[in-house]
Formats: sequence, structure tokens, C-alpha cells
Amino acid sequence: MHDRKSDEPGATSGRRARGELESGVLAALYGADEPQTARQVRERLPGDLAYTTVLTILSRLHDKGMLVRHRAGRGYAFAPARDEATHTAERMRSLLEHGTDREAVLTRFVSELSEQDEQLLQRLLAGHDGPHHADRTDRTDRTDRTDRTDEGP
Amino acid sequence: MLISVYVPLLITMVLAVFAPRAARRLAPRPAAWSLASAALVASLGWLGSLALLAFAGLVQIPEVAEEGQWSVAAVRASDPVHLTVAGAAALTLLASVTGLTVAAARQLRHLRWARRECRLLPGDTELAVLDMESPEAFALPGAPGRIVVSSGMLRCLGDREREALLAHERAHLRGRHHLFQTLWRLSAAVIPLLRPLSTAGGFVLERWADEEAAVRVGDRTVVAHAVGRAALAGSANRSRPALAATGGAVPQRVRALLAPPPPRRALPFIAGAALLVVCCVSLADAATDSEEMIETAQRAACVTTEARAVSAPSGPQHEVCCEHGQLDGPAQHR
Repeated sequence: MHDRKSDEPGATSGRRARGELESGVLAALYGADEPQTARQVRERLPGDLAYTTVLTILSRLHDKGMLVRHRAGRGYAFAPARDEATHTAERMRSLLEHGTDREAVLTRFVSELSEQDEQLLQRLLAGHDGPHHADRTDRTDRTDRTDRTDEGP
Repeated sequence: MLISVYVPLLITMVLAVFAPRAARRLAPRPAAWSLASAALVASLGWLGSLALLAFAGLVQIPEVAEEGQWSVAAVRASDPVHLTVAGAAALTLLASVTGLTVAAARQLRHLRWARRECRLLPGDTELAVLDMESPEAFALPGAPGRIVVSSGMLRCLGDREREALLAHERAHLRGRHHLFQTLWRLSAAVIPLLRPLSTAGGFVLERWADEEAAVRVGDRTVVAHAVGRAALAGSANRSRPALAATGGAVPQRVRALLAPPPPRRALPFIAGAALLVVCCVSLADAATDSEEMIETAQRAACVTTEARAVSAPSGPQHEVCCEHGQLDGPAQHR
């Protein structure tokens, strides 16, 4: 079941952490509209990562052919290589749009909303933002919004 | 036998009604494990009870009795089960086993497909991005499993919400949630009454992943907003019919995340565990009873043969019959 017989626990968690960082970097680049420098990517990631760590991950993803890079000032700006993602999307689209039985093994992040659900959800989220102007969560939400303004609609 | 054989069936029905409701309100991780145990025990109890009932009918058939050397009269005298009940049980058993076989084959095929798809997805990273506008995100189980997210989804979330999404899907993969799903699906195939339990199970798994993401991100409201925003973006973006008929699941998850973490409560789990124990005990009791019934009937048949043997002496025959249980049994296996 597990393919980590030869690994020590430390090595496994190290590899796991690296894998998670790769996901975070990739997600951040896809979430952005423009190519991002290592410094910009670092700002988008949670926690306080070292600049060199981010740069290492970017280079590794670039070596794997998952990113493309352009010169930007003294360094590089990275963007996702979209060809493969487009190709995969075509295959997955039929599954997702026709809703085959295979959905049975997927765990989706969100299920569909009914109209009432949608209104209820909007109230829930708005209701939470409204009365607590001073609290911590509102601040996170505002940073989210500033992220989103430079990304366009 | 008379009562105990029906107890597992009754408990299955009680679980089918109450377990889904209870599970939605409890801490998701223990709730998922409880639903899994409930589904497993209820299915085995259901199949076991039906098998015993069908067996009680089978042993009343004279041809079968002759083969097994027991007395039909003695079996009937012990008043086991009415033949109609036994017949109905046999038919239900057949339907359940057929349902299970079909569902198992299908589930296996889907899991193989997911495994293959995990290998075929580009790159060797944990995350595979689909370049499409409609917001999609799911965990694809495999070795190793992959997180599949559309670029549209990544663009509609903020930085911390993206992290919450990844943590959520990671929790599904780490917790091997697809195995829970498989178990519930199979149990619902055995007992259609357990379908609501299977649906509740799906919801509980989402809650479990939400709670883990909240711990990981360190902020419940970030996860709540990620879930809410993803769902709203999805409903704005697509016009296709609902795939997952879990009405109200997303608002419930968001509401739970905006509230404090669910308290740990012991009582529902103890009650559930007690039910499962009763189920197992009564099934064992029923099995012992039907074994005893057959033994009694064999002894009765033996006495009849012996009586006949005395009137028309043919020595060896009664030896074969009466000492069957004690002497012959172990000796035969050598």
C-alpha cells in the first residue's frame, strides 16, 4: 500500500513538505494573471519561507517543464506552462460536465448550490464580515480582496 | 433463535434512521469512523440474519434433511421459522449479494480508473492544474493520489484560501477518504436502507477535511470563505444540472466553520457502540441456536434409526449414525 519502505520517517516528511510547497507555488502562479518573480511568489505563500527555498522550487518546477520563465530585471519571472494543463483539461472536461459514474471516487471541494443555498451562503458570508469589523478574520478577508483586485474579475 | 435472528435486521433499520442525523452534528472524524463501523456491522449482521433465516427454511426440505441425516419432524417441532419468511429471506439475501457483487465490481473499476488517471496527469507534482475556466477541485485517489484543481478555481480564491483548498484536498488523500466512501457505497448496495447513511458519510468526510484544513491554515473563517467563494463561483459559472444531490451541504459546512469547533460528545458514540455489540451478540446467539437445532434434529433422526435397527438387527448402521459427532468427526480429518 505504501511505497516508502526504504525511506526514514524524516526523509518522508521532508519529501512531503517539498511536495506541498511545489503545490503551493504552482497554485500561486496559476492564481496570478501575470508572470511572477520569486519574491512575488514568496509573498503569496503562507508562512515565512526563505527566498532561496522559493527560488529552488521554482527552478525545479521549471526543470520539470511545468513552468516557463522570462527575464525580468536581474532575475526571472515565472508563469505556468499551459499546454499540458489544457490537454488534461480536455480529458477531464467530459468527466466533469457529463457527470459520469466515475464521480464516485472523487471527493469534490464543493457540491452544487441550489438557489436557496446560494442566498443562504451569501448571507452567511456577508453576515460574518459585517458586524466584526475589528477582528482578525476581517483583516484576512481584506487582504484577500486586495489580492484579487490586481487580478481583475 | 426466534427473536435474536431478527435483532440485526431491526438494528440496521434503527441505524439507517438515526445514524445519519447524529453523525452530521458530531465531530467529523469520530463520526466518520462510527459511520464506517456502523455500515460494516449492519451489512454483516443483515447478511448473517438473512442467511440464518434462509437456512432455517432450507433444513425443513426433506431432501436436504436426508442428505444431512436429520429429522425434519424434529426441526419443525423446534418451531424455527415459517417457510414464507424463510423464502422471503432467501430472496432478499440473493438480491443483497447480487447488489454487493455488482457494486463491488463497479467500485473496483472506478478506483482502477482513478489510479491510472493519477499516473496520466501531467507532471509528478501533488497538484495537477486543469486549464479551464469553470471552478473545479477534487482529490483523485491513487498511488500517490493527486489534487486536481482548475485554473479558474485558483484564480477565484485569495492566497490563504488557495492554501485552505489544497489542505482540504490533501486531508482527503491522507485520510484515504475514498475507502470510507467505498465501504458506504457497498453497504448501501447490500441494504438500500443505508443510502442516507452513505450520503451523510460523504458530508462528514467533507467536514473532516474542512476541519483539518482549518487546523492547517490556522483560521476557520479562511476555510469557510474558501468553501463559500468556490461554491458561489461554481454556481455563477455553470448551468449544468446538479451532479451531487447534497442540497444544503455547502451552507452547512460554512456555518459549521464559522462556529467554534464541534464539541466532543461521548453519549451518541456509546449508544452506537452498544447497538453494534447487541447486533453481533444476537447474530452469534442465533447462529448457535440454529446449530443446536440441527444437532437435536440429527440426534432425533439417530434415535429413530436405532429403534429400527433393534427391530431388524444390522449392527454397523447405528454406529455410523450415532457416533458420528463424537468419534468419526476428528478421525476423518486425519
